[in-house]
Amino acid sequence: MPETRPVPLPYRRERSWPFAPAAELVRLRSEEPLSRIPMPIPADPDLRVWLATRYSDVRGIMADPRFSNAPGPDEPRTRTRSATPPSLLGVDPPEHTRLRRPLTREFTVRGVNAMRTRIEEIVADRLAAMERAGPPADLLRDFALPVPVLVICELLGVPYRDRGDFRRRSDTLLDHSLGQEERARAAEETAAYMRALVQRHRADPGPELLGRLVREHGAVLTDADLVGLGSLLLVGGHETTANMLALGTLLLLRSPDQLAVVRDDPDAVAPAVEELLRYLSIVHFGVIRRATEDVTVAGRLVRAGELVVCSLPSANRDRDLLPDQPDRLDVTRRPVPHVAFGHGVHQCVGQQLARAELRIALPALLRRFPDLRLDVPFERIRYRDHALVYGVVSLPVRW
Amino acid sequence: MRVVVDRTRCIGSGQCVMTDPEVFDQDEDEGLVVLRTPEPPESARERMRAAVALCPSAAIRLEE
Ligand code: HEM
Ligand code: SF4
Repeated sequence: MPETRPVPLPYRRERSWPFAPAAELVRLRSEEPLSRIPMPIPADPDLRVWLATRYSDVRGIMADPRFSNAPGPDEPRTRTRSATPPSLLGVDPPEHTRLRRPLTREFTVRGVNAMRTRIEEIVADRLAAMERAGPPADLLRDFALPVPVLVICELLGVPYRDRGDFRRRSDTLLDHSLGQEERARAAEETAAYMRALVQRHRADPGPELLGRLVREHGAVLTDADLVGLGSLLLVGGHETTANMLALGTLLLLRSPDQLAVVRDDPDAVAPAVEELLRYLSIVHFGVIRRATEDVTVAGRLVRAGELVVCSLPSANRDRDLLPDQPDRLDVTRRPVPHVAFGHGVHQCVGQQLARAELRIALPALLRRFPDLRLDVPFERIRYRDHALVYGVVSLPVRW
Repeated sequence: MRVVVDRTRCIGSGQCVMTDPEVFDQDEDEGLVVLRTPEPPESARERMRAAVALCPSAAIRLEE
């Protein structure tokens, strides 16, 4: 059972309140903000990396061009990173700029606003289906997952009927307790699936994002580029939002006064979503950078070639970001420059889409089922302890 | 107060547009920042500071 493995430090959460980073991470932030830890992915037990836990350091590293996202010469990709093709996430400028520019116009505030009506329909359909089927339900399977999967499939031009396969592969990709071979195979299958899709859009570019990329940027983007971007958007576009929706709902169910605010006050929803993103920081491992020269961080020397893991959950609860009770959930807070979507040139390309989905789906769910509650004791809920993106394994609810 | 943006640094995060859509916008072609109001009123100062802090690529500057 993978679950019985000890959870590596960067992913560790507090037992009694599994929304919070582990006490050990919090202690490091004040006592040893840049510390030496074993590489969290078990491929190389001897490899040591740095762990940065303070807001200012984490934000600084993510914005610092002396830190690279590209795999080093000694580092097979699959050893330390997610086994997806490196694509956008695994390259530095100017190559990064070449790949990212074609995407930015697809995910602008205005572009995402134009998708709102369709997102609202998708949300309403799923809620109606839940109501028809009646309680109990697994909120992850029946709502939190299908909503972003449908949205990203329609946006990209990926057939929704293929979701079973790419869901399974994406779970494997992000689960670091699995063997490297298994994850590498899932990465290859994801790429093969996307390759077939890209070829279809090359031959006959559809109206969706993949087709638009072929039509408008087909000359500068190779098939390999398109496969990498497509795979990254497909995985990144649903795992994160789905886990935010399910874990965010669970957190609100445990915080009824905060839940009431999100349910009852439309103006409160946008800042509430920022607070949930900050408080949960579900991308809790995976933001890794390699120093390309010697750099001093938090008074310690990071040598050229060494890796630094940035802890977003710890950074987002630092008093330097939020002097006033950073460990308290307060959905009425004025939003702060949190790093739940990263920082620097790799900051999440899909952040406005993710925000729109969360701002639409959360209040719609809470209004449709005002009596929503857990169908198992809170202590029985299981979490994705070893996944790059944190969340619940399932969320049994009734109403 | 004068706002200055650097489109070569911008990565199209949209955080400035979210913060003040009267002042910032993203163009249709590339999704990069464009200024709608280069000299916003004094009343927008706090929002402008927030936009500077939020921008992931240090593409926004305030000149007094
Ligand atoms: C709540 C939901 C989401 C969260 C918390 C999230 C978080 C993140 C984070 C932390 C990064 C930066 C990783 C790094 O710097 O190493 C990132 C990058 C990225 N995200 Fe998201 N994301 C979310 C939703 C989405 C969605 C909906 C999409 C696609 C539609 C998406 C696509 C991407 C892509 C393509 C990148 C790579 C950008 C680059 O390297 O330039 N994400 N995301
Ligand atoms: S916040 Fe910065 S990176 Fe994002 S759109 Fe505005 S100027 Fe560009």
